[in-house]
Amino acid sequence: MEISSLFISIIKILGILAYIYGLLWVLGRPKLWMKIAGVVVAFGVVQAFLSIQLGNNNQILNTFDRGLLFQACAISMVALGLNLIYGFNGQFSLGQWGFYGIGAYTGADITFRWINGDSTGLVVVGLGVILEALLIYGVNQFLKRYRGMPVLSAFTLYLLGTVVVWFVADKIGIALNPAIIPLLGTSDKLGVLATGAPMQVVFFLAVILAGAFAAEVSFLFGLPVLTLGSDYFGIATLGFTIVANVLLVNTDTILPFPEMRGGRGMLGIPQMTTWFWAFFFLLFVIIVMRNLLQSSSGRAIMSVREDETAAKAMGIDVANNKLMAFVIGSFFAGIGGAVYAHYIGFLSPATFTFLAGFNPLIIVVFGGLGSMTGTIAASFGWIFFLEGLLRVILDSIGTEAANWRFVLYPVALLVLMLVRPQGLLGTVEWGFLKAKKVLVRAQPEPPASTVVVNQSTGD
Amino acid sequence: MTVDTSETKQPILQIKGLTKYFGGLAAVKTFDMTLERGSLTGLIGPNGAGKTTVFNMITGLYTPTGGDIIFQDESIVGLEPFEVTREGIGRTFQNIRLFSNLTVLDNVRIAYHAHSGYSLIDGILYNRKFQTKEKELTERAQDFLAIFKLENLQNEVAKNLPYGQQRRVEIARALACDPRLLLLDEPAAGMNPHEIQELMDLIHFIRSRFDLTILLIEHQMRVVMGICEKISVMDFGEVIARGTPKEIQDNPKVVEAYLGKGATHAA
Repeated sequence: MEISSLFISIIKILGILAYIYGLLWVLGRPKLWMKIAGVVVAFGVVQAFLSIQLGNNNQILNTFDRGLLFQACAISMVALGLNLIYGFNGQFSLGQWGFYGIGAYTGADITFRWINGDSTGLVVVGLGVILEALLIYGVNQFLKRYRGMPVLSAFTLYLLGTVVVWFVADKIGIALNPAIIPLLGTSDKLGVLATGAPMQVVFFLAVILAGAFAAEVSFLFGLPVLTLGSDYFGIATLGFTIVANVLLVNTDTILPFPEMRGGRGMLGIPQMTTWFWAFFFLLFVIIVMRNLLQSSSGRAIMSVREDETAAKAMGIDVANNKLMAFVIGSFFAGIGGAVYAHYIGFLSPATFTFLAGFNPLIIVVFGGLGSMTGTIAASFGWIFFLEGLLRVILDSIGTEAANWRFVLYPVALLVLMLVRPQGLLGTVEWGFLKAKKVLVRAQPEPPASTVVVNQSTGD
Repeated sequence: MTVDTSETKQPILQIKGLTKYFGGLAAVKTFDMTLERGSLTGLIGPNGAGKTTVFNMITGLYTPTGGDIIFQDESIVGLEPFEVTREGIGRTFQNIRLFSNLTVLDNVRIAYHAHSGYSLIDGILYNRKFQTKEKELTERAQDFLAIFKLENLQNEVAKNLPYGQQRRVEIARALACDPRLLLLDEPAAGMNPHEIQELMDLIHFIRSRFDLTILLIEHQMRVVMGICEKISVMDFGEVIARGTPKEIQDNPKVVEAYLGKGATHAA
């Protein structure tokens, strides 16, 4: 029994790595139809594994594996965001977990309220996010006219604007609520908009809005804090995660969200994350990040990591660039959080403590700073290894033995750091994620007579 | 050398009374300098004389305590470093600062970022605009590398290149920002005589090809005396002499600054 379950677990981990490789390979094909077909097949294979019955209510990927899979997808998005901030942009951040928590609670609150006959979650957050984006754009344009305004003054402007914007959004949301409520029904008997396809749309919006909300929070937080040097920035972001956690513990006391129930944990979140959505959002994050990194903005992001002073001398607005990477990374974390919340159905602030906040950091370092492939592979490997393999093996030894995994796992990490300090994959990328190699051209024209050959006296 | 029209005589850069204090210490005191369009000027002086501080103030890395820097009839004091670059001042660094884990091609393409012609959104959507502009940009970078005979090294990671080549890439990268004024901070540092000769040829070449004004800091007398038309000598943050290489060589103050008091008597 033990041997066979061990064997199966290893097969599963290897299978997942092969799956990721295959997915990235097929996405890297030049033809569009091949990409689409590949994605559909990749989706279908796992869906089949999840749903085909092998008799006795047993699938190839059972309920336990299904949970691991969704967790791995969520953590991948968080870790990819962190890799963008730390691995590619070089800003050591411990705040990612806070944005993950914010995303999870935001997304959960929207759908929770929706199925309980309250539209304010979606309307207020939706309006607020849109207005906030307009505000950020507007203030940014306004500030361009006033050269050399100190960061803190600019920040105060943004903050005042934010207060106004969310006040307005809140008022409008409450005013619109009575008009929408009849369509939502009650929690006992759900209305038109709270079932079927409309509900899926609401879920999609909730996830995207959770990401956008986390991104906007990160903008406001990052604006003053990113002016700090690297280590100080790390400490400030650690502070952010702690603040976020304390706020989550007190959602029902100092924040006006009784449904989140503070430290007791939020119950009754609709479990809407299916394999389709997990796959969809993971793919979305991967594609956005890959396209970003292969564009000029991506090169600028990497140049800041390599050498800030030189990047400035190349005409790159370093402060702006860091903020952009930070905001996009937090956006991914927010999406990951919302996907997680709708898989697990129950949120507790204990999940979002700063200690757990080191998980994405470990994954990113483990997989390789500056390698998207490494991060994805490490996220899946990490979840399936830590939760799947080790737990299964150790459980078979004794009831409390499972705790040994928190000893074995750090030891594995230490060994890896000694043997391969650049992480498992270093900066290697697979298939789709690999930067297109620009071929050396055949000599275009002999570069005229201007070629240098000892004509130092000039002409 | 260049044709003597009134246009070439017009100053491209004027520095007036530039001063920088670090705490109570004056790194640069009332520094004046005028660079004519198309000129090649050297800035020399013993270690710690404040040469690099002057560069850092021109490029916006340091904010001057006092004085003014006028580039093409506009004051550039208070601009951010990236804005100074976009105004048209390129620079290289004393210790080469390439983006060492990126390829040579990417090093040059980063210089085009401000003029990439597509936005972040275009990049994420991977739309047609992005694809055409990106192709143009890459070809431009390749053409550019070809000028510097680096096209075969385009896919090499910058840190793997030999020292002389790295300096070449750094100069190419600075020129890819399309500057009107190029600041070279000790370009010959750590080079062997053969590499120095190549560098001098390169400086002559880029100057004629890109219609540049060049200001360089250098310790190698061979380079300074060999290629500069005018030289300013700094010591303790102040200009102690200016003139042609010949005049500088004979100036007793300069000899004193380099060799110490009494050297002139001994000579």
